[in-house]
Amino acid sequence: MFQTNRRHLLAGAAALGASSFVGLPARAAIGEKKDKVKAAFVYVGPVGDYGYSFAHDQGRKYLEKELGDKVETNFVENVAEGPDAERVIRQLAQGGNDIVFTTSFGFMNPTLKVAKQFPKVAFDHATGYKTAANMGAYNSRFYQGRAVLGTIAGMMSKTGEGGYIASFPIPEVVMGINAFTLAARAKNPKFVTKVVWVNSWYDPAKEADATKALLSQGVDVISQHTDSPAPLQAAEQAGVIAFGQAWDMSKFAPKSHMTAIVDHWGPYYVDEVKKLLAGEWKPSDIWWGMKEDILEMAPFNDAMPEDVKKAAQDIVDRTKAGEYDVFTGPINNQAGEKKVADGEKIPDADLLKMDWYVEGVQS
Amino acid sequence: MSLDLLVAILMTVAGAATPLLIAGLGELVVEKSGVLNLGVEGMMLIGAVTGFAVATSTGVPVLGALAAMAAAAAASLIFAVLVLTLMANQVATGLALTIFGTGVSALIGAPFVGITTPTLGPVFPDFLTSSPLLRLVFGHSPLVYVGLILTVAVAFFLNRSRSGLILRAVGESDAAAHAIGYPVLKIRYLAVLFGGAMAGLAGSYYSLVLTPMWAERLTAGRGWIAIALVVFASWKPGRMLAGAYLFGLVMTMELQAKAAGFNVFAPELLAALPYVATIAVLAIISAARRTGTAAPACLGKPFRAAA
Repeated sequence: MFQTNRRHLLAGAAALGASSFVGLPARAAIGEKKDKVKAAFVYVGPVGDYGYSFAHDQGRKYLEKELGDKVETNFVENVAEGPDAERVIRQLAQGGNDIVFTTSFGFMNPTLKVAKQFPKVAFDHATGYKTAANMGAYNSRFYQGRAVLGTIAGMMSKTGEGGYIASFPIPEVVMGINAFTLAARAKNPKFVTKVVWVNSWYDPAKEADATKALLSQGVDVISQHTDSPAPLQAAEQAGVIAFGQAWDMSKFAPKSHMTAIVDHWGPYYVDEVKKLLAGEWKPSDIWWGMKEDILEMAPFNDAMPEDVKKAAQDIVDRTKAGEYDVFTGPINNQAGEKKVADGEKIPDADLLKMDWYVEGVQS
Repeated sequence: MSLDLLVAILMTVAGAATPLLIAGLGELVVEKSGVLNLGVEGMMLIGAVTGFAVATSTGVPVLGALAAMAAAAAASLIFAVLVLTLMANQVATGLALTIFGTGVSALIGAPFVGITTPTLGPVFPDFLTSSPLLRLVFGHSPLVYVGLILTVAVAFFLNRSRSGLILRAVGESDAAAHAIGYPVLKIRYLAVLFGGAMAGLAGSYYSLVLTPMWAERLTAGRGWIAIALVVFASWKPGRMLAGAYLFGLVMTMELQAKAAGFNVFAPELLAALPYVATIAVLAIISAARRTGTAAPACLGKPFRAAA
């Protein structure tokens, strides 16, 4: 494994550019068997964020451990979602990688663009919806975990108001807010979710200040869809309950941290690389959930009352068994109009484009 | 609006403003001596990680803050040698210092990711913070008071003391100051070291007070705001105080408005407001250059002693 960053890539850009003129080393096509696969990962944050990018990197390490010398991995961290991403992805494709995993929503269009230029390289993009002949999409049903958090929030909140630190209004985040709110209102029909957008995936100081703002408005539960543990710490200081993001963050808030949605990308990465080794890789479009163990809940805090633990575990068990889907009607929108009929489920295609809030969301 | 809410908001404002104020005052002194150090963000990160490392290892957060100042000052010394003794380009070297600080802080901080630290929290006894109004006065981290005292001290130093006058002279006309016998480079070295120490202290505010943890890029660009504030304040400590608290207020109100569910005006616009204000102030300053409120005349220029 070697670690690199954008600046090294900049320095290497000229050299790589030159090599493309003299011809690249012969590379086996996607459909051929390979002895060894070189896999690259592109992260939106630092691997040290102890959150989303950290979880992907744990997946990369899992891949190395599982496949040993059959795989060689490298990664680029702190890649901005924009033109910079396209350059980084192209460098990785040019640099002899057989497969490139781009792990953030905003990398979707850059990945698609580069994938068309490098038909012999396999690409997998996380949390998006576009695919191509050599570009797959993979996602995790985070909302299943959000429903567990919402259940806990609905039962434990005394004020009936929850705070939600959100990053950007993309479908993934909107879906999470809705799942959280629906599950909470199933337990407390008057529950309200107050959302603060910080317009960043990672800005600890702003996340902390946003949490304080929400706390001063009377919320007593904090949930987050940003990547740093700062909201948890602010919740711990104020003595209200909160949830970890992407990884077990209980170290940061031993009293407040009720549970967390833990991302488990490793098994998927192993699956993809194995297929590539066997020459059987095809662009997949998978959206796994608790059933496939791509996400799980961190251990429940001992401070959680028994009935809450039971209710939360019940959601997990029923989700795994396929008996529970938080997006089952009746569901009203913010204005109180019925959007989903009784017993009807929101289809995946609509979830991935979700741009409306359910009743009880204050944004 | 209830008193509790108002106090909570004002406390958050002070918290958001303090690191900007401390780092900004440091940079203000540096620029007054005629040196432009764009490495504030990098030095803040070095301060943040050092403060965190020392505080977790010793269990004494004050030691962490002091170590943060020392480490960031050491980083600024590298900058000083390059631009003052070796006369490297100040803009490029400052940017390099930020890149260096980002990288080295990630390296030092790797073993400290995912652990917590004792914080540099409120120091006054509990009975002084029992009511909201008392809390507004006594309930802050010591660094908030340090920031306020520092503003007075820097203002006094620059405007009322002989050494401050000499420092300003060096920044306005290094050749003249040199001609009448002042050690230009030595004064600039000291100013840069002071700026480094303040950036380090500001950085430790993040890792020891606001978000008591270490994570890469913890300061998330606040160092750049501090530099912008120096311009916004037109190189005056009093205005720096006002500017930092104004930034803090706008940053807090943006979040408060969202939390309260107000969407009267676009929050993005509110978030952009401080930067728009900086540009406006810059424009006004350059338009009114004759009034003498502009940048120190020798800002960013290398000094070579005439034989």
